Amino acid sequence: MKAPAVDDVSLDVPKGTFIALAGTSGSGKTTVMKTINRLIDPDRGRVLIDGTDVASSDPPGLRRQIGYVFQGGGLFPHMSAGENIGVTPRLLGWPPGDIAARTADLLDLVELPRAFATRFPAELSGGQQSRVAVARALAAKPRIVLMDEPFGALDPVTRDTLASRYRALHDALELTTIMVTHDMQEAILIADRIAVMKAGRLIADTTPRGLLGPQDDADVAALIAVPLRHAERVREIAGTANGGPVS
Amino acid sequence: MSEPMAEAWRELPNYLANHVLISATALALGLICSLPLAVACVHNARLRFAVLAFAGLVQTIPGLALLALFYPLLLGLSGLTQSAFGASVPALGFLPSVLALTLYSMLPILRTAITGLTGIDPRVSEAADGVGMTPRQRLFQVEVPLAAPVAMAGVRTAAVWTIGAATLATSVGQTSLGNYIFSGLQTENWVSVLFGCAAATVLALAADQLLGLVETGVARRDRRRLAVGCAGLVIGTAVSLLPLIGAARPAYVVGAKNFGEQFILAELMSSRIEALGYGVRRRESLGSAVAFRALAGGDIDAYVDYSGTLWTNVLGRSDTPPRAHMLAELTRALREKFGVEVLGSLGFENAYVFAMDGTRASSEGIVTISDLAAKAPGLTLGSDLEFLSRPEWAALKGAYGLAFSAEKSYSPTFMYRALQTKEVDVISAFSSDGRIVAENLAVLSDPKGAAPSYDAVILLAPRRATDEVLKRALGPLVGAIAVEQMRAANLMVDRDAAKSTPKEAAAYLASTLTAGR
Repeated sequence: MKAPAVDDVSLDVPKGTFIALAGTSGSGKTTVMKTINRLIDPDRGRVLIDGTDVASSDPPGLRRQIGYVFQGGGLFPHMSAGENIGVTPRLLGWPPGDIAARTADLLDLVELPRAFATRFPAELSGGQQSRVAVARALAAKPRIVLMDEPFGALDPVTRDTLASRYRALHDALELTTIMVTHDMQEAILIADRIAVMKAGRLIADTTPRGLLGPQDDADVAALIAVPLRHAERVREIAGTANGGPVS
Repeated sequence: MSEPMAEAWRELPNYLANHVLISATALALGLICSLPLAVACVHNARLRFAVLAFAGLVQTIPGLALLALFYPLLLGLSGLTQSAFGASVPALGFLPSVLALTLYSMLPILRTAITGLTGIDPRVSEAADGVGMTPRQRLFQVEVPLAAPVAMAGVRTAAVWTIGAATLATSVGQTSLGNYIFSGLQTENWVSVLFGCAAATVLALAADQLLGLVETGVARRDRRRLAVGCAGLVIGTAVSLLPLIGAARPAYVVGAKNFGEQFILAELMSSRIEALGYGVRRRESLGSAVAFRALAGGDIDAYVDYSGTLWTNVLGRSDTPPRAHMLAELTRALREKFGVEVLGSLGFENAYVFAMDGTRASSEGIVTISDLAAKAPGLTLGSDLEFLSRPEWAALKGAYGLAFSAEKSYSPTFMYRALQTKEVDVISAFSSDGRIVAENLAVLSDPKGAAPSYDAVILLAPRRATDEVLKRALGPLVGAIAVEQMRAANLMVDRDAAKSTPKEAAAYLASTLTAGR
């Protein structure tokens, strides 16, 4: 038998939490997230939302209530930005007028000009595509948003801007967000809580501050060592540039 | 405008309408069958392999053979439905043409549709699931629109193929632009052949361009292009089909095999039926075996065949009774076995005969095959490609002890040339061939009656066996056409210079009939 992608993972995510699922490639973090909206059904184990097992709801209906930001955006290339944003409300049968109004609001929310609604994904930059993808995930007013490396392919500046913007939306709309990332620094900067996975198992589940403290687990320590070392070096270089060591 | 050109233009509305009808129907059916099949194939590799292998196999069958194969198939089916439901499926014309062309159109559509569907980025398909689409919504809102531009390229290819292959439908009795080509080839009317090719090409290019507009319209999401392309296709199809709606339903169908004499006789019979005020449709260029079965099955009402051909091919007989006896026995047997009525012999034969230069024959005193046999050891025989392997040759050789010094085979045109250049001394000719007159040849008689006779006879379909109109229209032709008249008419169509159309030759033949009576 093949080794399971996810083995004995138990997570409790309180309402309003922003949790990052971190870990190296193949650690099982994306698989865990996909069990939430049934893109993957686990062989064993349950996923409960407000106490209800997701296995009892039909997948399309469940997914329409949960926002999803795909890796690389996952926009439909044959639909305009506006149509992409309105896709889930349309599936839910919203009146066209409501969809149009909602699309305009969401473009404002992700700070894109409303005229962009008629543009096709191929006509947008990577950052603009990611904004549309976030808007699409929020369109049907979900309470839960799943994000799969949402800003992974963006340049650092855009990435930082978008991440901060999303965090603000998360707070304003009182969302519960589960974000998969392999970037520990991003996880530390954006999330309330970080669950670290390795080879299908959960090896840490703590706050960013907790993660920065001393670690028992060598793998967790190795993962967190990278951003810490980077931060250290940046500080050193910055100090040199200012004419000498700061401390 | 030359007469062949003028006639070609006159036929265009009818031929084009029929051509568009079968092509468009086949293409529509091809799409209806292929698209769901392509969708089913996407997630089933085994089915995909089987479907593509089958479609590829069909594509390797030559178009003409594919059409020909549907005829016996439908004939069998027709027999089954006749006994089961009392209604038969037409085995000739529209149905076999459309079925064969539909199969033909499927490979390019299937291939490109499957390529388009399997080529979709799996992340886009997952995104469709993720936003909450059902599998059906994913298919129609995401996968089909994304695969459509690729699949449209296949539809264009299929359209061009289908329109081209539809010219072959003529051979199973379906009128199409192929009528120009088939009859033109037989009568060496190159104006007609080129006209048919040009018409089919223009039609194919027009369809391809309009579908191209649809393709780019879909790909670029350009509604205007899409609308213009679709409107062009719909309007073009509708306009070209108009003649079919306006046309009076033909009361009678006259058949013809695939050579000049048959075209002339079909024109002659048709004009006589039309003169009585009845509509006539012609089904020309039928294969020799197809023609009789088509008549027996009621797909055509009348045509001319030859007694010797029916005797061996239809009745399966190998003896050669005297001419009158064969005709009487044939009439009886065809009525009994098939219900087919032999209305009577036109009065001439189209048989294999020996012919030689007229002046030489008279100077050497050769009148009969017996005379020829005496001189044969010093003579060379020129024959067409199949004569030497036919039973006629064996029978003649046996009866008269023919032993030529040499025997050479040629294609017909070269055989006559070989006789002119004295490369050969005597040839196997068809007795009603116009070149016998044109080149002043003597036909040697067969006093022993060794060769089977090939009387041209008018046959009527079972349900027309006692039809008064056909009897009135065609009855007067019985015994009315002497071989000299037929040769003269054939020559008008077959000669290299100042060629006439079969219609003109038929008019000439009709005028000699009136003059003769």
